[in-house]
Amino acid sequence: MAQAKISVSNLNLHYGDFHALKNVNLEVEENQVTALIGPSGCGKSTFLRTLNRMNDLIEGVKVDGEILLDGQNIYRQEEDVVSLRKRIGMVFQRPNPFPMSVYDNIAYGPRIHGTKNKRKLDEIVEKSLRAAVLWDEVQDRLYKSALGLSGGQQQRVCIARLLAVEPEVLLMDEPTSALDPLATMKIEELIQVLKKDYTIIIVTHNMQQAARVSGVTAFFLNGDLIEYGVTESIFTKPTDKRTEDYITGRFG
Amino acid sequence: MATRTTFDQALSELKQEILRMGFYVEESVSRAVESLVKQDLGLAQSVIDGDVLIDDQEMLIEDKCLKLIATQQPLAKDLRRIAAGLMIITDLERIADLACDIAKSARRIANEPLIKPLIDIPRMAHLAQIMVKEVLDAYVREDVQLALKMAADDELVDNLHNQVFRELLVLMMENPKVINQATALLFASRHLERIADHATNIGERIFYLVTGERKELN
Repeated sequence: MAQAKISVSNLNLHYGDFHALKNVNLEVEENQVTALIGPSGCGKSTFLRTLNRMNDLIEGVKVDGEILLDGQNIYRQEEDVVSLRKRIGMVFQRPNPFPMSVYDNIAYGPRIHGTKNKRKLDEIVEKSLRAAVLWDEVQDRLYKSALGLSGGQQQRVCIARLLAVEPEVLLMDEPTSALDPLATMKIEELIQVLKKDYTIIIVTHNMQQAARVSGVTAFFLNGDLIEYGVTESIFTKPTDKRTEDYITGRFG
Repeated sequence: MATRTTFDQALSELKQEILRMGFYVEESVSRAVESLVKQDLGLAQSVIDGDVLIDDQEMLIEDKCLKLIATQQPLAKDLRRIAAGLMIITDLERIADLACDIAKSARRIANEPLIKPLIDIPRMAHLAQIMVKEVLDAYVREDVQLALKMAADDELVDNLHNQVFRELLVLMMENPKVINQATALLFASRHLERIADHATNIGERIFYLVTGERKELN
């Protein structure tokens, strides 16, 4: 395996009495797409949210263990969560552009982080939209509301909005589940382009999507990480019977 | 565990169709060899005429496999099962073609007295037929040990082929008049040796289907 961007060791998470993640150990490779799969309620989305401390917002959550980002524990006391989330950005299931123009959506993050110069902002907006393979489709309507775009375009606005603050890791929680097949393919293609520069972790319920986009796959079940390995092996010859049953649709 | 009843049913039908094809192929090999040994023109012709049935069966199975891939997105063992199926029918179809070739050799020499009593060729044929039968059993039962047995059987057939080759070579050197028949027999021997190779290939497919690992058997 290549160098680990994120190193998770002995991670446990409780929602009150409920033990949602059980002693998870995992290394996420840099510039790789890692897919998290498993049935609903298996802990994969919870796990994804531990990586940029989104679970901190939920009451009664207790996290133990260690998550190292480039060797630094992100759960240490002095960690600045805002700057952590700048380094580790997230895309959600439903596209959630802000109710403002495409331009302002993309410029939002850089402005918050202190960029005021118009020319500099123009540059960031164009660069981010190009990186999200959206520029050609929206360059003529930058100042119109992002809400007028199609679902697939809105999702790419959200990705461009992330890229504008120059993150290192992209977390994607079922990013295409609300999109049609064509928009889905565009996002999947985009993921392939982005992995050259970013470390990507994607939660998906679509086995074929995991097989198509990821290099490494992790299978979760009831809070346990059951199997973790090269995607091609997981989908052609999984070693654990539970993985086999899940990916072949014979679960439970 | 009954979440994919329709798909499981389709997979089991696929297996039945592959077995049906295997049965046709066994039959074809057995008749081809008999037509050679008994110098039976009619039987040889029936093998050649019957090959179209086997070709049709191969197409039918190939279509089924492609439809399952397109509609069911098989993964893991399901995927290996269908991929193995596609490759097994290719080997079976080649075995049937070789049976036809043996029948053609039989046709060529049906009307002349045999230059020698046939001993090793029927022995090879017997072994090759057992291999085809056993490898199909191994497929049905997903029996890796039986699939691995192909390696040893294949070697026996190879040795017999070399023996036949040497023997016929001597006969041809002694008497050039027998060359026509001797080459026909030599081809038949070669075809049987190839049939054993294809059975061995099928054994390799079964090994992969069951274990997910590759293993060379010859």
